[in-house]
Amino acid sequence: MSLANEKSTKNNTLVEVRNLKQYFPVSYGLFSKKYIKAIDDVSFNIKRGETLGLVGESGCGKTTTGRSILRLYEPTGGRIIYDGVDITKVDMKPYRKKMQIVFQDPYASLDPRMTVGDIIGEPIDINKLAGSKKERTYMILEMLNRVGLNSEHANRYPHEFSGGQRQRIGIARALAVNPEFIVCDEPISALDVSIQAQIVNMFEELQEKMGLTYLFIAHDISVVEHISNRIGVMYLGKLVELADSHELVFHNVHPYTRSLISAVPIPDPASSRKRKRIVLEGDVPSPLNPPSGCRFCTRCPYADERCKTEEPKLTEISNGHYAACHHLDKVQGN
Amino acid sequence: MRKTLLDIKNLRLSFFTPAGEVKALNDISISMQEGDVLGIVGESGSGKSVTASAIMGLTAYPGKIIGGTIDFNGHRINEMSEKEMRKIRGKEVSMIFQDPMTSLNPVYTIGNQIMEVLKLHTDLNKQQAYERSVELLKLVGINEPEKRLKQYPHELSGGMRQRVMIAIGLACEPKLLIADEPTTALDVTIQAQILELMMELKNKINMSIIMITHDLGIVANMCDKIVVMYAGKVVETGTADEIFYNPKHEYTKGLLRSIPKLDSEKHEKLIPIEGTPVDLLNPPAGCPFAPRCGQCMKICLKRMPEFTELSDTHKSACWMLQKEAFEQKRREEK
Repeated sequence: MSLANEKSTKNNTLVEVRNLKQYFPVSYGLFSKKYIKAIDDVSFNIKRGETLGLVGESGCGKTTTGRSILRLYEPTGGRIIYDGVDITKVDMKPYRKKMQIVFQDPYASLDPRMTVGDIIGEPIDINKLAGSKKERTYMILEMLNRVGLNSEHANRYPHEFSGGQRQRIGIARALAVNPEFIVCDEPISALDVSIQAQIVNMFEELQEKMGLTYLFIAHDISVVEHISNRIGVMYLGKLVELADSHELVFHNVHPYTRSLISAVPIPDPASSRKRKRIVLEGDVPSPLNPPSGCRFCTRCPYADERCKTEEPKLTEISNGHYAACHHLDKVQGN
Repeated sequence: MRKTLLDIKNLRLSFFTPAGEVKALNDISISMQEGDVLGIVGESGSGKSVTASAIMGLTAYPGKIIGGTIDFNGHRINEMSEKEMRKIRGKEVSMIFQDPMTSLNPVYTIGNQIMEVLKLHTDLNKQQAYERSVELLKLVGINEPEKRLKQYPHELSGGMRQRVMIAIGLACEPKLLIADEPTTALDVTIQAQILELMMELKNKINMSIIMITHDLGIVANMCDKIVVMYAGKVVETGTADEIFYNPKHEYTKGLLRSIPKLDSEKHEKLIPIEGTPVDLLNPPAGCPFAPRCGQCMKICLKRMPEFTELSDTHKSACWMLQKEAFEQKRREEK
């Protein structure tokens, strides 16, 4: 019985992040050291085959979260469980085949001295996936095909391609090892609007075909809402709200999520005239000295004494909808 | 009838690079009235920013205006000398740049940089200029202005720096403010603050704004009139409602189809514009959008279409419209 239970959880949840902490030391003066708490006690699950979106402003820790899950940083605390196995401390080599990443800047993430074929071939070589040279070539062409490029592109260099095509190469490289899980770290924000839709559609098609699971990190909420099943909102290293994407956009409860969603410009003149924006005061505080209590309290219209001292916990308010705020009733009343 | 503030007629501007002539602006005409908020949208390389710098008289080498006229507020800008241009630049027309991190001088204090504009264009003495700077910073919503004036750009956050840029732009209460992607480098909540501020100030000192952006959401929120550019050509102009609810050019239609809308209830697949942006070194002979256009006809590849006037404010350059008009005429004749 217990074994069967374990198996079913193993099947449903692919990535589990428990109380993840990631602090970066910064020297401060000659002897004292301070820490930037890039992620502070964040927990969430990613189900097999789903897309979890992470949104938030710059410096909120969304990219760090993605990289920590892949152990590109060594987490300061907490656990990362991949497919039922705790990978927080293990050798990552066998997992690199299963977990991949697509980076934000397609101009910086491809080696300018390697041909496209070699860029895609490198992960195949490292993981010894191809038995012969012929098979390797075949696999590279197959990958190029899959991302909408053709075989003649394999002998060219990255500078010969446009931004959208380079991002396709980056995606082909991630797909080359046949992964299960891909962290997409702002994969479209460097691209032109007319190209973004091509790449977004490709992510969706690949997911359908290959059964991929995505952690999709972006600051453009309309795109994240489009591609994700669930969305998590981060603020200063904390997860403040997590819900189904539709629920999060239309029935959000955290005051930060509210202002964030209301600040997104909607490409429709009539509805944007009607819409009421909640404009936040001030800037995001420095993560070096985050406010005590709730981290949003310095900009929150509902903040009171309690918020300044006591940190709200992420609690489930309805099925699958989590939020961390002391004043949910007041926010919802509005 | 309001006064015409800016009238660009048949402007041609090319960059003479070692690789050949790049026709950055190819016969564009744009006009705007006093008090208008004009939005210019288009992807990178479409000529938005080049248009802005031409209005400012800041076309950089190897760029050169090779035809057409720019009339602004009674000045023929393309025939003015640099000395004459300096008198109106910053006074009658000023510009906010995309990146507030690099467009402020890092070795001068904020105060120094604001007062420089006042010293050049007004006959305020030192004390008066200082008082005016304090006033300006208050106007753009910066608290503790006296303290900020003594600070250097690196001591301020991105949003604050962009506010300082706006304060500098507004120092002489210009007739026209050109904002070249003013919020692209900022987070959405800060973006909302800055856009709100610009609209508020526009009403306060009665200036006109040219808003250059690739974000259709921003345009829908702010602009009365929209110019859509593609590959150095104006392809469609109209009021915000005309462009968003009744787009006539295939590029405009494609652009609107390809962006995810946050307020749509169901999950619709995005319809991307296929292909990649044109290479301006070798532009196609006919309509620049033809190679990516789903409705492309033979003539599109050979000749550039004329503008079809759809209303007093709405016009679009597409052969499809010419064809429709022709067919209608023939039907009437019968």
